[in-house]
Amino acid sequence: MSYFSDIYHGIQTLLTGMGVTGKYFLNSRKGAITQQYPDNRDTLKMFERFRGEVVMPHDENNEHSCTGCQKCEIACPNGSIEIIWDRQVDPETGKKKKMIDKHIYHFGMCTQCGLCVDACPSDAIKWAPNFENAVYDRSQLTRVLNKPGSKVRAGVE
Amino acid sequence: MYSSLIITNNIHSWVLSLMPAAVTGITEMMMIAMIYLTVFAVLGLFLVLMERKVAAWFQLRIGPNRVGFFGMFQTIADALKLLSKELTGTDKADKFLYNLAPYFLIISSLMALAVFPFSENLQAFDINIGIFFLIAISSIGVIGVLLGGWSSNNKFALIGAMRSGVQTISYELSVGLSLLTMILLTGSLQLSEIIEVQKSGWLIVQGHIPAVIAFMIYMISGTAETNRAPFDMVEAESELGAGFHTEYSGMKFAYFFLAEFINMFIIAAIGTTVFFGGWLSPFGITESIPWLGVFWFLLKAFALVFLMMWFRWTFPRLRVDQLLTLEWKYLLPINLFNIVLMAIIVWLNFTIQF
Repeated sequence: MSYFSDIYHGIQTLLTGMGVTGKYFLNSRKGAITQQYPDNRDTLKMFERFRGEVVMPHDENNEHSCTGCQKCEIACPNGSIEIIWDRQVDPETGKKKKMIDKHIYHFGMCTQCGLCVDACPSDAIKWAPNFENAVYDRSQLTRVLNKPGSKVRAGVE
Repeated sequence: MYSSLIITNNIHSWVLSLMPAAVTGITEMMMIAMIYLTVFAVLGLFLVLMERKVAAWFQLRIGPNRVGFFGMFQTIADALKLLSKELTGTDKADKFLYNLAPYFLIISSLMALAVFPFSENLQAFDINIGIFFLIAISSIGVIGVLLGGWSSNNKFALIGAMRSGVQTISYELSVGLSLLTMILLTGSLQLSEIIEVQKSGWLIVQGHIPAVIAFMIYMISGTAETNRAPFDMVEAESELGAGFHTEYSGMKFAYFFLAEFINMFIIAAIGTTVFFGGWLSPFGITESIPWLGVFWFLLKAFALVFLMMWFRWTFPRLRVDQLLTLEWKYLLPINLFNIVLMAIIVWLNFTIQF
C-alpha cells in the first residue's frame, strides 16, 4: 500500500520545504542580500574575488614587479594586453636585461577571464574591485598599467 | 443592503428624500457597487504590493521601497502607468471576444465579493444559496481565460488557456466537495447562517479531523483554481511567456492581473468564512464591539492569503499530468471518503462545541 505512504511522505516533504522558506522569511530583516547601491556607495565594499579591472600594484618607491616576460600577453585570449619592451643595461649588474616600457591594457576588450593574472609568475598584476568603469570616450579604456618613471623591483626575476 | 448600520440608515433616508421609492433601490445598489469597486480595486493593488514584499522577504531581498513610504505607492504608480498605456492587440485576433475576455474575469470575481459578510451588518447581498453562488460564480471566470487565450491568436496564449480549462474544471470539484463537507456541519448554504453556527466554536474546531482534512484539500484546490504557483501552468513564465494574457496590454492586462489577486482574496475569504468563523473574534473577546468584525475578517483572510503566498514561494511547479494525478487520484477519493466521515461524525454528534 504505497498510496497512503505516498500521501504521508508528500505532506511531510511539503512541510519540510515550507519550514525552510519560513525560516528565510523570518530572517529576511537581518539577512537581506540586496545592496541598495547608489545609496550605500560610501560604505559598499566589494567582495574579495570580485573581478573589476586588472591593475599593477606599485610600492612606495614607485616600483612594480613586472619583468616583462609577456606571459600575460600570450595568455590573453583576445589580445587585451600589449607589452612594449626593450633590452636595457641594468645599472647595478651591468648586464643587459629585458625591461618593460609600457604595459598597455585595453580594458574595452577585456572579458575579465583572469587568465593573465593566473599566468603571471611574479604576481605583478592583480584584480581591483572597481566596478564603476563607464567612461564617455573609448580611448579612456586603453590604460597604461605601469606608472611613468617606475621600474622593476630589485630581486624580481 | 438591508443592514441596520446607522450610517446606511442615514444614507437611505437621505436618498429617499431626494427621489421616489422605486428609484431609490436601484440608486442604492449602484452606490454600493461603486463603493465595492473602489474598495476592492484598492485591495487588489494592496495584495499585489503584499505579494511583492512577501516574495522579496522569502528570497532575502528587500522588495519595492522607492515609491512612497516603504514602497506603499508602488502598485498605484504601476496601475497609473498601465492606465496610460496604449491598448495593443494582435492583427488576426477575434476582436469582439478579445475585448470581452477581461470583463468576464473581473466581473465574475467582483460578483463573488458581494455575498461575503465582512461584519455582522456589513454584507451587500445575503443570499440564501451563498456557497452555491460562490462556486457557480468562480467557475465563470475560466470562460474569460479561455476566451482570452482563444481569441488572441497566439499559440502560447492558447496552450495556457487550455491548461487553465483542464485545471479549473477538475479542481472545482475538490473546492465544491470540501465546502460541501463543511455544509454538513452547518446545514445551511447561507453565509450569515454559517457564521451564526460558528458562534459555538469555529467549524475547523467543531469538525476536528475531517474539517482539517477538508481545509487542507480546500487550500490546495483553491490555490489551483486561482492558477497560482505551484499550479501556475496557465501562465508558466518559463514555458509560455505570460500564458493566456500574453497579447494583452494596458488596462486589459491590469484587469487580468487584478482579477487574479482578487480571486486569491476570494478563496481566502471563503476559507475564512467557512472554516475560521468569518468576522467572529477568537473566544468572543471583542463581541461587544461589532465593527471590529471587519478587522478580524481581514486578519484571517490575509493570514490565508499569506499561506498561499508561502506555497507559491516554496513549491516548484507541477507538470500537467502530475496536476491531474493529484486531483483525480488523491484529492477526489480522499474528499469523498472525508464527506462520509463527516456525515458519520455529524450523525453520531461527535462534534466539539463550546
